[in-house]
Amino acid sequence: MPIVHTELTKLDNSAGFPTLQVKDLHFAYPDGHEALHGVSLHVAPGEKVALVGPNGAGKSTLMLHLNGILSGGGGEVRVAGLKVEKQNLPLIRSKVGLVFQNPDDQLFSPTVFDDVAFGPLHMGLPEAEVRERVMRALAHVGMSGFEERLSHHLSIGQKKRISIATVLSMDPEILVLDEPSAGLDPRARRSLISLLRDLPLTMLVSTHDMFLVHELFPRTVIMDGGEVVADGETAVLLSDDALLERHGLESPTRMLAML
Amino acid sequence: MHVSTFDRYEQRSSAVHQLDPRVKVVLTLLFIVSNVALPDGAWWAFAAGWALLLLVNRAAHFSFGYLFKRSFIALPFALAAVTVLFTLPGTAVASWQIGSHTLTVSDAGLMRFASILIRSWLSVQMAILLTATTQFPDLMHALHHLRVPQVLVSIISFMYRYLFVLADEVIRLLRARDARSARLTTDGKLGGTIWWRAKVTGSMAGQLFVRSFDRSDRVYNAMLSRGYRGHLLTMNPHVMNGRDWLMAGVGTAVLVIIQLLGWLT
Ligand SMILES: Nc1ncnc2c1ncn2[C@@H]1O[C@H](COP(=O)(O)OP(=O)(O)O)[C@@H](O)[C@H]1O
Ligand SMILES: [Mg+2]
Repeated sequence: MPIVHTELTKLDNSAGFPTLQVKDLHFAYPDGHEALHGVSLHVAPGEKVALVGPNGAGKSTLMLHLNGILSGGGGEVRVAGLKVEKQNLPLIRSKVGLVFQNPDDQLFSPTVFDDVAFGPLHMGLPEAEVRERVMRALAHVGMSGFEERLSHHLSIGQKKRISIATVLSMDPEILVLDEPSAGLDPRARRSLISLLRDLPLTMLVSTHDMFLVHELFPRTVIMDGGEVVADGETAVLLSDDALLERHGLESPTRMLAML
Repeated sequence: MHVSTFDRYEQRSSAVHQLDPRVKVVLTLLFIVSNVALPDGAWWAFAAGWALLLLVNRAAHFSFGYLFKRSFIALPFALAAVTVLFTLPGTAVASWQIGSHTLTVSDAGLMRFASILIRSWLSVQMAILLTATTQFPDLMHALHHLRVPQVLVSIISFMYRYLFVLADEVIRLLRARDARSARLTTDGKLGGTIWWRAKVTGSMAGQLFVRSFDRSDRVYNAMLSRGYRGHLLTMNPHVMNGRDWLMAGVGTAVLVIIQLLGWLT
């Protein structure tokens, strides 16, 4: 069953802002394709939220807006009260730990150490602190001792864990993961689930893995066609077969019943 | 699906492996420069250079055959020097009649050709030893410390990281091609006509380009997401200790001796 972490590690968000406020976000890609039509979303500190929806729903596009990689289509994003705009980007990017779907995109340095150190180093932290954060992040994902390993020699499950460590080392306010369980074998997937369960962080995770949603996330947001079409308690949404059917999703309980 | 044919590093725990990468890079470069600077026909100096190579090879715990076998990759490049055989003036050693032309090999030409062959053969072997005893990231750090421009170091290091990913992608494309080059009969070769293959290869190259382009976009986004603002920063994990300085000194001294040997005998 999903668990909710009530105490959070270090949140300098004392004013009580939501971790994430997305208001009426629009976006069209340069080729004219409109990927977001007015998306609004609030995530409170400590919440773990699943983002589901068919391919092309706009999940990845939304995520790229959360740290200002994409912008300019209208609407507003705030992270812990701070507006995502040019002069805030360095701070915002250290607050939003965005992990891309493909670990080969996320891990671009020759060694694991270099990759996990990349974030803190570019945040301008002193070397001793960078070193300490790398060790802490690797310990968090159970990959201590892999510092000197070359990224291209790792298994995909290991790459996934290191990918998460590369943003944990930045000490983010919110962890944003794009389809983290895609391509993992059952064992790697299990260990990813227990890792995410144990991380005491606010999370927004996009996925097609409805069992993952069912096990980990108290709240689910469904996107389709560039809009949020449902937002609520996971248990409620997942029992609404008509809703799931309409948006090309599978109900995990029904799938189990069919077995 | 994995490619590691590009990896040249051979794990051993030898003194050569543990030497600071900067010392290794600098000494390797000096060795190559020294070879180039030696006069033609400095056989004793070449022999001394080879002896030094064998010594380093030994100290790195590699077998004689290891270095010897790999050293032949230098040969095709040495062929570029073939013309000196015929163009240098000197006493004729041999000559061929080809149509109305006569090709004459002079003794001076022969000596220069042999010297060039040996120089490149020795230099390549030292470079092979460098890459076999130094992890790639350490090489990059060394270049960085030696003030090689950051852009250049970054390009090499991204190339190394994504060579593997790219090679995996090529393998995937090749498999996709093979899976589709099926026939309903058993006669004839698999894979269709040359023309078909050429077309498929062309579109594969295009595919590869598009995929690499998309990937570079995503990698750049991943870098931006972690605070990249146009300047790559790295840490400096290497510290020169007494032994590193000693080896740097000894290595340089040996190269000086080789030079003296080459010019004075
Ligand atoms: N770089 C791009 N250029 C043009 N269109 C894009 C690009 N990336 C995504 N899209 C389009 O935007 C829509 C949303 O895509 P995406 O956010 O990736 O969806 P999801 O992650 O939910 O599968 C899709 O229709 C997709 O084809
Ligand atoms: Mg996506």
